[in-house]
Amino acid sequence: MNAFPSTDPLLQVHNVTRYYGDRIGCADVSFDLWPGEVLAIVGESGSGKTTLLNCLSTRLAPTAGAIEYRMRDGTMRNLYQLTEAERRLLMRTDWGFVHQNAAEGLRMNVSAGANVGERLMAVGERHYGNIRSTADDWLGRVEIESDRIDDDPRSFSGGMRQRLQIARNLVTRPRLVFMDEPTGGLDVSVQARLLDLLRRLVADLGLSVVIVTHDLAVARLLSHRIMVMRHGNVIESGLTDQVLDDPREPYTQLLVSSILQV
Amino acid sequence: MNDTAQIFEQGEYNFAYLDEQTKRMIRRAILKGIAIPGYQVPFASREMPMPYGWGTGGVQVTAAILGKDDCLKMIDQGSDDTTNAVSLRGFFEKTAGVRTTYETSEASVIQTRHRIPEKALREDQIIVFQVPIPEPLRFLEPRETETRKMHALEDYGLMHVKLYEDIAKNGHIATTYAYPVKVNDRYVMDPSPTPKFDNPKIDQMAALQLYGAGREKRIYAIPPYTKVKSLDFEDYPFEVQKFDKPCGLCGAENVYLDEVILDDKGGRMFVCSDSDYCEERRADGHLGPMAADPAAHQFGATQAEETAR
Ligand SMILES: Nc1ncnc2c1ncn2[C@@H]1O[C@H](COP(=O)(O)OP(=O)(O)OP(=O)(O)O)[C@@H](O)[C@H]1O
Ligand SMILES: [Mg+2]
Repeated sequence: MNAFPSTDPLLQVHNVTRYYGDRIGCADVSFDLWPGEVLAIVGESGSGKTTLLNCLSTRLAPTAGAIEYRMRDGTMRNLYQLTEAERRLLMRTDWGFVHQNAAEGLRMNVSAGANVGERLMAVGERHYGNIRSTADDWLGRVEIESDRIDDDPRSFSGGMRQRLQIARNLVTRPRLVFMDEPTGGLDVSVQARLLDLLRRLVADLGLSVVIVTHDLAVARLLSHRIMVMRHGNVIESGLTDQVLDDPREPYTQLLVSSILQV
Repeated sequence: MNDTAQIFEQGEYNFAYLDEQTKRMIRRAILKGIAIPGYQVPFASREMPMPYGWGTGGVQVTAAILGKDDCLKMIDQGSDDTTNAVSLRGFFEKTAGVRTTYETSEASVIQTRHRIPEKALREDQIIVFQVPIPEPLRFLEPRETETRKMHALEDYGLMHVKLYEDIAKNGHIATTYAYPVKVNDRYVMDPSPTPKFDNPKIDQMAALQLYGAGREKRIYAIPPYTKVKSLDFEDYPFEVQKFDKPCGLCGAENVYLDEVILDDKGGRMFVCSDSDYCEERRADGHLGPMAADPAAHQFGATQAEETAR
């Protein structure tokens, strides 16, 4: 059951398991992700969402299982068999990673323009004027005023930092973006604006996204499909509306009802 | 025993201070550095009888390559008679008993902190640089594990981030010292702390270049006739500082000039930073626009006197 049956999957996850000593981080997770699809991973604190996301994005090696990714040339590659150079190139061109804490995803001591331009320079762009105008363009797309281009992110609000982090990731036109609680820790009104922006960018760019959130409203707004995790296991998955409107698992029912009460 | 191993004079020091084991270790690091131009080779830097800021890395490299027949020149800020140069020269006079000189063309080994002589070096000369911070990526990436990986993967985007910031903040690349270069199309290297004016000299240089960082325990090298390219942008190409006047004393153009205050009434002039080069030109009869000025004359005379000592 998937929303995009016409193409080949972008990401194939086979029985991914990660232990921390004897403690389970996540266990036996399998799924396919399709081009242009937004998948939300939801679940309570400690359920294994971040662990899984980090395994998928090659930031944390799984204890067992395999993850395959379709490279730009169409070949399917096992992510943990890429060379370090291939992996880095992937992470800074074809992928993005949006951290909950923007400071982890930004260089706080260089200007907004350099933050956005860094990936371009990393892949060999050597024309200052082009780098700057591309950065300026991306700042505009994430609603940051042009006159902030030379300011460093320390002078930015939480919402602006998060938007800058998104621009920094999208400048190389990645196909797949991982996000870990991108709206966490922001005021409600700031969250709403960011979600709106994310939804627009994802649609405009046809991005595939794996987004971790414990906020079902975020999942509802952004995702096509949802995976519910508990104690490291995926206990339910399906189309977002179906799962949220008609949850089968008692635990999911509890999650859904608790958000409805908020 | 080879002759350099003989205890020197009063038996106080091994030749050039370091013991032969240590010298061999340093020579191995140097050879590796030459084999991989621009690559920072870790070495077991020794305590030297001087503070780190004094160029202990350069001193250890010099000590490891010096032979009895060598003639040594010591430069600090382009000059042979600053405190640092004087005491390091004294150190090798005392521990190695080698000949020393102020004249670039006479030296077989030149140790320097800031400048490269204006006179082109030859194949039979070696220039040794004292380096405080060898890692050009340190500015934006403090983690050593990460910078090593970046070198290994030739992952140098960050260097351009630094140059981008420079242009964004100053309208041009404002880095004037320790200007990063790419060596032999492979390793990014910090020629620190020479002024970027000297960067073109290290490209295709006939002499062997050795760089020693004592505190950071790194040695790197550029073999003779190696391509060294200063990093830049297509629309902001690398440029050296230009001085709009010639040297006040010897009239030399296209050399690196230092500003000298002549009196307390705002009198000043620009003179060659390379004092040996300046004196040789004056001895050859070249005169700059300030050469006849009494204040300038006094300055020039002082310099010449010290040289003669
Ligand atoms: N570095 C670690 N060392 C040991 N155990 C860890 C580590 N990171 C996570 N865990 C454990 O793995 C399990 C899953 O944690 P994880 O951080 O993936 O959960 P999460 O769903 O992202 O939670 P949250 O919503 O609080 O961010 C938890 O039991 C957690 O305590
Ligand atoms: Mg988490």
